Amino acid sequence: MLLARILKGDRGGQVFLLVLLATLIAVPLLNALPAEHPLYLSTYTVTLLGKYLTYALLAVAVDLVWGYLGILTLGHAAFFAIGGYAMGMYLMRQIGERGVYGNAELPDFMVFLNWQELPWFWHGFDQFWFAALMVIVAPGLLAFVFGWLAFRSRVTGVYLSIITQALTYALMLAFFRNEMGFGGNNGLTDFKDILGFSLQADSTRIGLFIASGVALGLGYLACRALVRSRLGRVAVAIRDTEDRARFIGYKVEHVKLAIFAFSAMLAGIAGALYVPQVGIINPGEFAPLNSIEVVIWVAMGGRATLYGAVLGALGVNYAKTWFTGAFPEVWLFALGGLFVLVTLLLPRGIVGLWRRREAAS
Amino acid sequence: MSAVQELFRRDRVFDFMVPKVVDGLDLSHGTVLYMEDVSVAFDGFKAINNLNFYVNAGELRCLIGPNGAGKTTMMDIITGKTRPDTGTCWFGSRMNLLQMSEPEIARAGIGRKFQKPTVFEFHNVFENLELSMAGPKGVWRTLRARLTPAERDRIEEVLELIGLADAGQRLAGALSHGQKQWLEIGMLLMQNPMLLLVDEPAAGMTHQEMDRTVELLTSLAGEHSVVVVEHDMDFVRALNSRVTVLHQGSVLAEGNMEQVQRDPKVMEVYLGE
Repeated sequence: MLLARILKGDRGGQVFLLVLLATLIAVPLLNALPAEHPLYLSTYTVTLLGKYLTYALLAVAVDLVWGYLGILTLGHAAFFAIGGYAMGMYLMRQIGERGVYGNAELPDFMVFLNWQELPWFWHGFDQFWFAALMVIVAPGLLAFVFGWLAFRSRVTGVYLSIITQALTYALMLAFFRNEMGFGGNNGLTDFKDILGFSLQADSTRIGLFIASGVALGLGYLACRALVRSRLGRVAVAIRDTEDRARFIGYKVEHVKLAIFAFSAMLAGIAGALYVPQVGIINPGEFAPLNSIEVVIWVAMGGRATLYGAVLGALGVNYAKTWFTGAFPEVWLFALGGLFVLVTLLLPRGIVGLWRRREAAS
Repeated sequence: MSAVQELFRRDRVFDFMVPKVVDGLDLSHGTVLYMEDVSVAFDGFKAINNLNFYVNAGELRCLIGPNGAGKTTMMDIITGKTRPDTGTCWFGSRMNLLQMSEPEIARAGIGRKFQKPTVFEFHNVFENLELSMAGPKGVWRTLRARLTPAERDRIEEVLELIGLADAGQRLAGALSHGQKQWLEIGMLLMQNPMLLLVDEPAAGMTHQEMDRTVELLTSLAGEHSVVVVEHDMDFVRALNSRVTVLHQGSVLAEGNMEQVQRDPKVMEVYLGE
């Protein structure tokens, strides 16, 4: 079977997928319990978990290019945000006449800016299938063009990281401008429903949570299949000795481009699932800090394992939620400290601990 | 006007339509590599100066010369890493190496071993050979690639040949220096190249290993053409082949080892000690 073949020898992945499956079944059940039951999970918590799952998918996408291809991307949140914007545009169009200004055609911010008609790039986003397509195509295309220019000029290492950082920063500045037509500073918000289901309804939130979990599972399997293939071995070869791979006859640029674009598409899907759950997308999502945080998740979880990225994303975000509730002013210090500690003591991340123990026994 | 006429000549196609990579190597003239009037300068320093160099099909050739003579630069030019300022470089009679990229040149049949052994350290020995195997190397084909029994046999065969038959599952990074050298030669063989460029294969090898390397390289000649760059004179002598001496970016002398050694120019710059 295909599934068995992909997961062969991937103990961590098997455990992760089982836990994910159990969570996807358990969480809706716990949510259905009466509110005074001790095991009851509030819908707020379910949505929070759904958000973490989209972060985890983003982390898997980053681990694919960083862990296996050696591209330290400091701009992957840009692809996440673009996927989010594509979904946000669909959700905006669904508001229709229920907006503050009651304009059936134009989203509120356009009415506010005195625009008379829909900009050309907003057409089609009233259809879910089109928006869903754009969630994948837009980040993929951006990654393709960016990668084509960067990889062809053989920019590597720190320089490439800096350009990815510049990319997301430039996009942030661009999306802040009202003239761009994406709601400027405020971004897109005030969503009402998705595919006819109200976003406020518990059942929709559960549905989005499950969708995020399924996307994470499928994304993981796709990445694992890629990593297991000969292409995955070529990617690692490029990571370790780019010249050797080139002199053996691999077109290094093509391999990098394909995997980078694929990873950007995964990030876009993650962003698209993130937006309806948090209810807003604004240019702040492009902030370079966000991309750096993703790298920290991956580093903490354990690079080049894929499931380590999931672990890191969930762990750090849980810690973030807890800290920002309990000791808001300490959080950034804790994150910094944690990162330093992990780098010094656990160069292979949390997963490395487990692997080391396994190797010892 | 004449330029326009040139553009519409009916006896030839437009330049951009001429295929860069010609299928099949043309060895009908018995020469596998032609380098003519090649010069390249780095910041005014002429690393290669009017070099003329030919390699016959099936020949084993040694390339010697003091440090900075341009040996590695020459290999860079042949494999497409460095583009010369002037001159021509042909692989067989039909493939213009100056218009091909590194992977295209590698796929056309020129394999290269680096001076410092360069293998994929985080792959095991078997995988190193698998990745180097000749065959389609496009992204999609690589993603779908499956090892056929014939390919597996070929890998086993090369493992045997390079003396690493028991080390197939070991990480390449864990091999000794000499074993890495051998693995890299094995990776070249997997590519099934017509021309092998081997940069300092004997560095870091014991005497026994060196003897086996000599044996291997000699056995390759005939079917493949082999160019060996080496500093170790005993090794070159053992290879017992034609020797080309490079000095300041051009050919100083050519002939068998004895002739070269007796050449007064060579004695002066290189073997004088």
